[in-house]
Amino acid sequence: MSDLRDLYHEVIIDHSKSPRNFREIDPADCKAQGYNPLCGDELTVFMRLDGDVVEDISFIGSGCAISKASASMMTAHLKGKSKEYAEAAFQEFHKMITGQGEDAFDKALLGKLAVFSGVCEFPVRVKCASLPWHTMHTALEEKGEKVTTE
Amino acid sequence: MKSAMSASRISTLHLPPYSNSLISNLELPDDHSLRGSHDVLVRDDWEGLRLAFDVRSIRENFPILQRKVYGKPLVYLDNAATTQKPQQVIDAITRYYTEQNANVHRGVHHLSEKATHEYECVRCKVRQYINAAEDREVIFVRGATEGINLIAHCFGGQVVGSGDEVLISAMEHHSNIVPWQLLCQQRGASLKVIPIDDDGEILLDEYEKLLTTRTKLVSVTHVSNALGTVNPIGKMVEMAHRHGIPVVIDGAQGAPHMQIDVQAVDCEFYVFSAHKIYGPTGIGIVYGKEALLESMPPYQSGGDMISAVTFEKTIFNRLPYKFEAGTPNIAGTVGLGAAIDYVSNIGVEQIAAYEQSLLNYATDAVAAIDRLRIIGTASEKASVLSFVLEGAHPHDIGTILDQEGVAIRAGHHCAQPVMQRFGIPATARASFAFYNTREEVDTMVRAINKVGEVFA
Repeated sequence: MSDLRDLYHEVIIDHSKSPRNFREIDPADCKAQGYNPLCGDELTVFMRLDGDVVEDISFIGSGCAISKASASMMTAHLKGKSKEYAEAAFQEFHKMITGQGEDAFDKALLGKLAVFSGVCEFPVRVKCASLPWHTMHTALEEKGEKVTTE
Repeated sequence: MKSAMSASRISTLHLPPYSNSLISNLELPDDHSLRGSHDVLVRDDWEGLRLAFDVRSIRENFPILQRKVYGKPLVYLDNAATTQKPQQVIDAITRYYTEQNANVHRGVHHLSEKATHEYECVRCKVRQYINAAEDREVIFVRGATEGINLIAHCFGGQVVGSGDEVLISAMEHHSNIVPWQLLCQQRGASLKVIPIDDDGEILLDEYEKLLTTRTKLVSVTHVSNALGTVNPIGKMVEMAHRHGIPVVIDGAQGAPHMQIDVQAVDCEFYVFSAHKIYGPTGIGIVYGKEALLESMPPYQSGGDMISAVTFEKTIFNRLPYKFEAGTPNIAGTVGLGAAIDYVSNIGVEQIAAYEQSLLNYATDAVAAIDRLRIIGTASEKASVLSFVLEGAHPHDIGTILDQEGVAIRAGHHCAQPVMQRFGIPATARASFAFYNTREEVDTMVRAINKVGEVFA
């Protein structure tokens, strides 16, 4: 089994303690709620769009270090990017944390998000890392329904 | 339980003769290491008495406790979720399938007779374990959850009508909430909730106020799985009975930790699961007072629960078979019997005393940890230590402890209303069994300190 630092990377600890973009956007162009019944993680992702561009993205909620850091880094990563890019990043992020192999995902696209690569060694924590992304995805699709990891 | 024990001045400890090989009462030296002595120590002063099992011998009966996790010795502290199984239980199931397997209650051949005999013997063992009056008051089901569903469906369906109320407590497991919620929805009744205080104790004054002419049934847990609170079920039953209200006790967390006497408590129903008292999964029991069971309609229908079937009508079987449709979990039942034997050989009172001592030790140990808050501080508690740590989510605590080989539960423990009551999303929960040791508690405490290091 991997070292704990593979999961709790310093960058992850930092983002979990001081989450970026941890606020509401009001009014938001789209938002969605995410919930992980296993551990009670709950968050809302807000987005303001300018055409196809994610002009602003933020989140609020409570959760474990992994989900909080994942939400924080996701918002930092997607701000100013296109909707298309956000969806692509979600796909690549998902491939990375579900352990589909080093070559299976686009490292360049994920950049700093690579600190989450250790999550794949901790199967029960994959949902913690993916919850913010699923929620963002739902917000973009404007389904307006609550996302759950179960 | 703690107060009941401290109040009693124990001068003699009566141990069954067969227990000598398994346990001994000995004074623990200050370093908590176990001495080899088998002298029975007798003292008047309970606080001074360090009652201990020969834990090492007991642990040898549980093969899984010898295994390692990530190269570290397993410290299994998730006993409220499920307990580990002694070799005696594993062997009983193996022996059943190796030597005795046959269907029960129908064959005329030797094996079927043997299997039936063994199956019914376990019913008798359960009856003795909970001190029911009659074997036929013990119904085998899949577990406590199915037990409550059976009661809600068959008994609740009879007594709860439109405008009526079902009363539960704020510390119930989902399995003692949802069946009643569904029943209330079907019947146009309301579910009422007895509040608890900040220690996690039921507010008996509020309970009294909630017992009205509309209340048709009370269902409360014996021991809270999330908080460890031991509820005063005897008193609560007495209070309900003054209003003529029947009471269901969810004993999933009670049966493993203390002597159960359904006649003394006088509850109408009591349920528990075998897997939480060192038996296999998929088997549990419903105890019900005979007159009520007689009056209730069957739960499921099919074979075994009938006396005679024609296409026009069916005559249902007598108790307890009326409630046991289809081929039962015979091997599971045999395993439950072996688990009851195992626990009874050690002695439920001895188990309770040892676990209480371990809980007290663990409570003191974690209370000393910086920024840690214990959730559930009732004066009467059993084997459950729920806590939150400032700056670390329970799920992270669970992962970090797991890396140290320490298995705890992190989450809402299927008791989301309890979490809401305390304004927290989740807790980390260590729950103890009699095979756990103070050394294991120390390992857990070191692992919790490691959480602090990771998040420093």
